Amino acid sequence: MFESLSEKLQNVFKKLSGKGRLSEQDVDVALREVRLALLEADVNFRVVKDLVGRVRERAIGADLAKSLSPAQMVIKIVHEELIATLGSSRKLDLSGPPPHVIMLAGLQGSGKTTTAAKLALQLRKAGQRPLLVAADTRRPAAIAQLEVLGKQLDIAVHSEGDRPAPPDICVHALEHARKAAYSVVILDTGGRLHIDDEMMHELEEIVRRVAPRETLMVVDAMTGQDVVTVAEEFHRRVPLSGLILTKADGDARGGAALSVRSVTGVPILYLGTGEKSDALEAFDPARLASRILGMGDMLTLIEKAEAAFDEKQALAMQEKLRTASFDLKDFYDQMQQVKKMGPLQQLVEMIPGLAGMQRKLPTEIDDRQLVRIEAMIQSMTPEERHDPRLIDGSRKRRIARGSGTTVSEVNQLLGQFRQMQRMLKELSDGRMPRMLGRFGM
Amino acid sequence: MLFNRSRKLQSSLTRTRQSLFGRLASILAQSDITEDTWEDLEAVLLQADVGAETTIAVVDALRERAEREHLKSAQQLRGALKENLLATLQVQAKPYLGEASRALSVVLVVGVNGSGKTTSIAKLARYHQQLGQKVILAAADTFRAAASDQLQVWAERLNVDIIVHQPGGDPGAVVYDAIQAADSRHAQIVIADTAGRLHTKHNLMQELTKIRNVAARKLPGAPHETLLVLDATTGQNGLAQARTFQEAVDVTGLFLAKLDGTAKGGIVFAVARELGLPIRFIGTGEQPDDIAEFDAQEFIEELFQ
Ligand SMILES: Nc1nc2c(ncn2[C@@H]2O[C@H](COP(=O)(O)OP(=O)(O)OP(=O)(O)O)[C@@H](O)[C@H]2O)c(=O)[nH]1
Ligand SMILES: [Mg+2]
Repeated sequence: MFESLSEKLQNVFKKLSGKGRLSEQDVDVALREVRLALLEADVNFRVVKDLVGRVRERAIGADLAKSLSPAQMVIKIVHEELIATLGSSRKLDLSGPPPHVIMLAGLQGSGKTTTAAKLALQLRKAGQRPLLVAADTRRPAAIAQLEVLGKQLDIAVHSEGDRPAPPDICVHALEHARKAAYSVVILDTGGRLHIDDEMMHELEEIVRRVAPRETLMVVDAMTGQDVVTVAEEFHRRVPLSGLILTKADGDARGGAALSVRSVTGVPILYLGTGEKSDALEAFDPARLASRILGMGDMLTLIEKAEAAFDEKQALAMQEKLRTASFDLKDFYDQMQQVKKMGPLQQLVEMIPGLAGMQRKLPTEIDDRQLVRIEAMIQSMTPEERHDPRLIDGSRKRRIARGSGTTVSEVNQLLGQFRQMQRMLKELSDGRMPRMLGRFGM
Repeated sequence: MLFNRSRKLQSSLTRTRQSLFGRLASILAQSDITEDTWEDLEAVLLQADVGAETTIAVVDALRERAEREHLKSAQQLRGALKENLLATLQVQAKPYLGEASRALSVVLVVGVNGSGKTTSIAKLARYHQQLGQKVILAAADTFRAAASDQLQVWAERLNVDIIVHQPGGDPGAVVYDAIQAADSRHAQIVIADTAGRLHTKHNLMQELTKIRNVAARKLPGAPHETLLVLDATTGQNGLAQARTFQEAVDVTGLFLAKLDGTAKGGIVFAVARELGLPIRFIGTGEQPDDIAEFDAQEFIEELFQ
């Protein structure tokens, strides 16, 4: 976890004070923690060695900036090195005359079929005419899976059953795409082991015969150390042009992506972030670097908050906070803002440290509870919303009845609101930094 | 032994031996114990996905032991390491399905997306068939596209009965019906497939708990075995997976799939150490025959030959 890495580093550096530079010894103690954190994130052993070496060079003798503690300094250097290693992303290459062929390849169970559908959907949204190709003839019902997805998304699927050889299917699909004016052809190939020579040969054959514009390796975010061996072999057999990291909506830190990028030099293009077909996000190196360090997906969270945020409302809200005139109606409006950011559950998963904890606080982050709170506030009169002190026993009963809740729930809401008002008052008195400090930056 | 180990398993173990422990063996064959010996040892374990924490624990314990027992040669160290690793994997646990003299046993199969659940179920079905037991499959993955079609193909190939509902249906109801069917058709084993789910999805884990409860209501004591299918290529996240699935559905053992690749599956040491979960079976290919009972002794022995 980032918090614990940052805490550990803080402990490491506690003994050191007043010195203006980091000594070799200080740095080595700190780097041990960094090394452990990276290994914990499944960054490949060899890659960790290289990385730590580079961090060491930069950290030793580095001037301690006034604004950063030694721990923050080391983290900053690590973060920067991770970003540099992850490299920049790029868009899919759809240059030249269509149809463009995109081939997906990877180990069994890495998520190729789901990703093929996601890519097709995204490309269609971008104005392309995608054709999905069922080239996995081995896994039972792999073809049916792609067909079902195609039907759900209303995207055409080229399939010939499981008899023909996959390279033949791909060639036919390309011919069909030319005739029917599809602009992108997405090949869903079967999962295979890098050491299965026959199956790897099949991939080579497909590449030889349909010359994909993009050959993307699909990598499961939960993969461990062996992924470099796998990726190196795939890259050797069919030069890869990009990577897609799947199942990134879990709590795996995704060091596998960094490892593969580092040993193959192939850029990461997308992250798969859910089972739904629209859960495909562009890759962002800074964000993945934070994640590998266990910082959670803070950038995503911030971005979502920004997207859902209404500037004018925010200013008005600030003024209310400052003058401590925040009432239940404002509370309600705020809730609507938060709701625009997505399911609470999902938001909580992005906050560092909380992802693991959420199991223990299910009621507090329950969207259903939000609905009940909304109902209670809706059952209040405007006066009551403005001044909750008006709400006496009989009013509480009326509100409970009107919202299908209980008096004790109303009491709870009012209690929480009072607590929040108190907290806001503290914040407006300028005591905010203490809270943010908990996130370790 | 109940099952003849397939040639594939032999070759996969040989490969593992050659790559990982082959290196270990060559390290340990050098006679004197030096600082390099320790460092190399650590590197080998880390690269096998054993994980930093477990590796440090294993190496520290070995160091202590080497000192206590005055181990001088790398040869002795090798014996000690083998024993320590073996001890880690030998957890206190009931055998698979307990002392199964009951008329009907239910096996629930869970795991993250794509770990190999459905294929492993085909293997388990085959395993029980070979024991002369009648098997019924429950296609309780009603969520993923064509998931039940996939299991149906295996059911046909293996010639076992299967209970299937509509896509999007209630998975608990599928398990309920399968137990009912097993009862009336005098089957001895129900194996339930479930949709892959990331352990971080709280609501999906709750759904799994519900499926479990439905099984228990229909047949007291069910499920008698809850297997977590772990992909051998999984890194450190495997521990979080095992921990969360265990909390949600009381996992009783692991099915370590995809051991026919070059990944070592070293995360099982951490899982055994922290959660005390036994490894029941290993998967070594894509066909129903590619299954073997896990045998810690043999596994470690094989690795060191
Ligand atoms: N090489 C190899 N492949 C395996 C093994 N077990 C499963 N697979 C393959 O892994 C892929 C995914 O397996 P499935 O059984 O569909 O996995 P699942 O966990 O049911 O997947 P979802 O239901 O989608 O979550 C398939 O291509 C299987 O053939 C194994 O032991 N070795
Ligand atoms: Mg399945």
